[in-house]
Amino acid sequence: MRFDATYQDRTYKSVGTRPVRPDGVDKVTGRARYGADFNMPGQLVGRILRSPHAHARIGSIDTARAEALKGVKAVVTADDLPDLSNGDQAHHDLLDNCMARSTAFYDGHAVAAVAAVDARTARQALKLIEVSYEVLPHVVDVDEAMLPSAPVLHDTIFTDGVDPRPTTSSNVAARSEFGHGDVDAGLAAADVIVERSFKTEQTHQGYIEPHACVASVNSDGTAELWVCTQGHFVYRQKCADLLGMDVSKLRVTSSEIGGGFGGKTHVWMEPVALALSRKAGRPVKLVMSREEVFRASGPTSATSIDVIIGARHDGTITAASAELRYSCGPYAELWAELGAMTSFACYDLQNVKTVGYEVLVNRPKTAAYRAPSAPMAAFAVESVVDELAQKLGMDPIAFRIKNAAREGTRSSYGPVYGPIGIRPTLDAAQAHPHMHAPLGPNKGRGMACGFWFNFGGQTCTDLNVNADGTVTLAVGTVDVGGSRASLSLVAAEELGIPYEHVRAVVADTATLGYNDMTDGSRGTFSSSMATISASRNAIEVMRSRAAMMWDIPVEEVIWEDGHAKAIGASYGNLAPLSVREIAEASGKTGGPIAGHSEMVADGAGVSFATHICDVEVDPETGSTRILRYTVIQDAGKAVHPDYVEGQYQGGAAQGIGWALNEEYVYGADGRLQNPGFLDYRIPVCSDLPMIDTQILEIPNPSHPYGVRGVGETSIVPPLAAIANAVSNAVGVRMTHIPMSPPRILAALDARTKG
Amino acid sequence: MSGLAVSATINGDEVEYLCQAEETLLDVLRNRLGLTGAKEGCGTGDCGACSVVLDGKLVCSCLVLGAEVQGATVETIEGMAKGDTLHPLQTKFLEHAALQCGICTPGFLMAAKALLDANPDPTEEEIRFGLAGNLCRCTGYDKIVRAVQAAALEINGG
Amino acid sequence: MYYERPETLQDASRLLAETKGTAYILAGGTDLLVRAKSDHFEADLMVDIKSIAELRTVHHTAEGFAIGAAVSCADLGRHAALKAAWPGVVEAANLIGSAQIQSRCTIAGNLCNASPAADSVPAMVAAGARAIIAGPAGMRTVPVEAVPVAPGKTSLGQGEIVATIEIDNRPPRSGDAYLRFIPRTEMDIAVVGAGVSLTLDETGTIQSARVALGAVAPTVMLVAEAADAILGTRLEYAALERLAEACSAACRPINDKRGTVEFRKKVAGVLARRAARIAYDRSRGA
Repeated sequence: MRFDATYQDRTYKSVGTRPVRPDGVDKVTGRARYGADFNMPGQLVGRILRSPHAHARIGSIDTARAEALKGVKAVVTADDLPDLSNGDQAHHDLLDNCMARSTAFYDGHAVAAVAAVDARTARQALKLIEVSYEVLPHVVDVDEAMLPSAPVLHDTIFTDGVDPRPTTSSNVAARSEFGHGDVDAGLAAADVIVERSFKTEQTHQGYIEPHACVASVNSDGTAELWVCTQGHFVYRQKCADLLGMDVSKLRVTSSEIGGGFGGKTHVWMEPVALALSRKAGRPVKLVMSREEVFRASGPTSATSIDVIIGARHDGTITAASAELRYSCGPYAELWAELGAMTSFACYDLQNVKTVGYEVLVNRPKTAAYRAPSAPMAAFAVESVVDELAQKLGMDPIAFRIKNAAREGTRSSYGPVYGPIGIRPTLDAAQAHPHMHAPLGPNKGRGMACGFWFNFGGQTCTDLNVNADGTVTLAVGTVDVGGSRASLSLVAAEELGIPYEHVRAVVADTATLGYNDMTDGSRGTFSSSMATISASRNAIEVMRSRAAMMWDIPVEEVIWEDGHAKAIGASYGNLAPLSVREIAEASGKTGGPIAGHSEMVADGAGVSFATHICDVEVDPETGSTRILRYTVIQDAGKAVHPDYVEGQYQGGAAQGIGWALNEEYVYGADGRLQNPGFLDYRIPVCSDLPMIDTQILEIPNPSHPYGVRGVGETSIVPPLAAIANAVSNAVGVRMTHIPMSPPRILAALDARTKG
Repeated sequence: MSGLAVSATINGDEVEYLCQAEETLLDVLRNRLGLTGAKEGCGTGDCGACSVVLDGKLVCSCLVLGAEVQGATVETIEGMAKGDTLHPLQTKFLEHAALQCGICTPGFLMAAKALLDANPDPTEEEIRFGLAGNLCRCTGYDKIVRAVQAAALEINGG
Repeated sequence: MYYERPETLQDASRLLAETKGTAYILAGGTDLLVRAKSDHFEADLMVDIKSIAELRTVHHTAEGFAIGAAVSCADLGRHAALKAAWPGVVEAANLIGSAQIQSRCTIAGNLCNASPAADSVPAMVAAGARAIIAGPAGMRTVPVEAVPVAPGKTSLGQGEIVATIEIDNRPPRSGDAYLRFIPRTEMDIAVVGAGVSLTLDETGTIQSARVALGAVAPTVMLVAEAADAILGTRLEYAALERLAEACSAACRPINDKRGTVEFRKKVAGVLARRAARIAYDRSRGA
């Protein structure tokens, strides 16, 4: 049956309620099994040896002494992970990141690995591996890496997207450009212009669970991988590709996942664990330490951004332009491009241009971090928007409302918007008591808007109706924060049965078709769509079974309130059949009842948010306290409002950490100085106030319930909202994130000294 | 080097184990005793995911040697519910959606229980500072603090 | 590695003195066991001193307080008499780490870890605290500031153990305070720390003062010029400004991941001024 995903207004029984999540009891009793909580018979302990140098040519690796150590069962290097990329650069880069081949590109880059009988032996073995390095000049700063004098990471990189193609190699891997109209003409028509440059430091997703996996390769070439991941189907594909395995022979099970936020979308050490297991002939458990997570997983980009915006006295923006330089780590990716696409997405602009540069540096490979690349661009743009409003003497919300994108606006990155929520979030902010509360001395208020695309993608779901009328829902999108509860609500809603009758599980790669990762805020959007489709397919089966039980034509059977009902006057005396009654009879009416769904979930509606923040800054120390924080965001439809609020609050909290304290600090030697939670300072409980949320529901026309993704947008406005608040509190425009106390105090001193 | 023999009381059960001198209590709980509810988020006492109660005191089990536990009593998340009756904190964490990924939850529950045992009616500020040794990256702490407040109310008969 | 848990100071000292390899004293372990996670760390012996009964108590006598090296900072926070006499020292001790860390960490360990940023040390230095050191040659007593000699290095000889921290009883009209600057509200290492201890005369004039700064030099500094700046004053505005200037001037900080030279110099003065205010109010019984 063709699935109609069009939004239809309806009243809900289950969707919108707040039941306890199905995986909850396991998680409050310590029984839930995460990446490091699983063991296999005969399992070995894996460890990875990492480069202490930011940039070094690898001369030789002598593993003989390590291999000779009693209890060591395998040692692998790049030689054990042959390059099967066959010209596929992305594949090659992934492999190179998992295990350095000729060159170590950052402090923490893997160069060898061991599997041993216990942790003590593995630790000893690492010390016995002798690596000869030729240390090379390094560069970690995004602006310095673009200078002609910078050490070049790859002499094969000639900036893509520039015509004619450059003749010399550089660290600028690609240039991208978006926009429309004529920015120069627009600026010429402006009465007021603000132009500023900004920097943001590199941050990490900071999930509390380090990467962990157990790999087991059998002598017949079949293999199993237990791993904490945001996408086990993607991990299966990548590992199979890198190791030259048949996809069908590798079965990947996603453990419970202790946070990801984009950082568990790439394989890091999983192919190494498989290679160790293949060589040792035994299962291997590989768990990163926190230090390894910081040094060698995938933080977000450090950035350097220039913004210029002009407006007329009436508040109309006449032109806006930005140049964005994003660090990628050692491999070319599209992070600046995403920044360039999102920069001005909140606004309806006649003349707009953004240019992004992907910059290679001797830092870990950049990975996605919640709405990747958007928060930094929003910080720069929303800071200038705020300053422009001040110069025009306009209220910051009124100025944004005047220029906000709406249905029919051609976005700065190309597409024309459908119904969107930017204006309603601004209206709600303007009406919110937070915007009107009084502020004392040394306090400041800031607000900012944010945008994220959202994503749908490939989704496969099975819904099995059990003989007692309960339902098992098997999904392939990893549950990172309560989606099993949301999807159970959706199945209950569609089938008309109680939430408690549905049990959602995350299926492994051998038992369900391919699913994209839980990223792009797609988890609940796409899986709920697939769940609705699977439910409707199961209803079709149940209608036909009811027709069979009644011996009437299926066209005469409708589905209503969780029951099959016969329509038409001639069947008036047939009592409706419940799911349970139909299921109990299924053995005699054609066998098990199930609904399946395979789809590409299109139409993930774009998402907007407006945040308001009050801060207090100690003018003598530069210390900032967040006094009050409000998140207003469009959810399309909040399936389980608790977990929607949780996404809003969590994104805001991560943004607060990023804005105030979190940053990668490199020494002059190119080594990471703060690879731990002591000096990489994520917010603690006492740093934050309660985070107020307001859920707006502007239905997504391309989802049956109007659902939009909610997970990522909430991290887009905070950097800007807090920067605006701090700037308002201290009277100096803050242009460097994080606004750590030394940076704020230095800015205050600079102002005093004039 | 042979292992050290240790006997201790863990969640009310008398337990004996052998461990190497450098092994932490967390290593012992997870790798030797199969009690994987305590998590290693950092190994340096900064995240609190490994929190347990040792002789009545809340500690990071990653910063205690397994050998130090000789003769001591240890309470872990696995012992928090009494049979199939959840502790009020466990119930309130569920009702208030105070967890997203859940990796920090065992540590938070142990710390929150220690906090309420010592201070049955804490203010929001006391809760926030009392739980500052436990990192959560998903929730922004809002729903965790509310769950602890609700549990305190319930425990106090409110 | 070997793990030993002696029950007497003599046994502990002997174990440490006789070992050929690298030996460490394990009290709360909140620094040592963090260092032990590093692949670069090697130890042949850890001597756990928590089973030595005399190190597990706080004695309050006519002279003062004797704090055993194995007493946790949380327990110090529950010692009413110590808290009443030396609120600054106890507050400093209670600032170290989380509730979990408090259950284990000790001020003797904080001292012997020899970090310039140790929170309890500036407060102890301001308080004029002494370390009683047990060793193969018997006991000796030194001012606490003589224990750390450089970041991570102490003046202790092989086999020596800081057994007790001694602090005098307070004369009337005395008070102390410790403040530190950290970027977050908890869980950080001090970027700057300032401890101040004062005694006033009947008129409210400062009769004696000690000012100590942390995290602004390789070891905690006792800043005599800062104390001189407020001696004989009633901590008027001008005195406070002179105190702050003296502290900023005395600093010899570095740029690192936690702060800049300029930041530390400025904030050292700010914190000393604020801590002095609190100590002064406490001295007056306010």
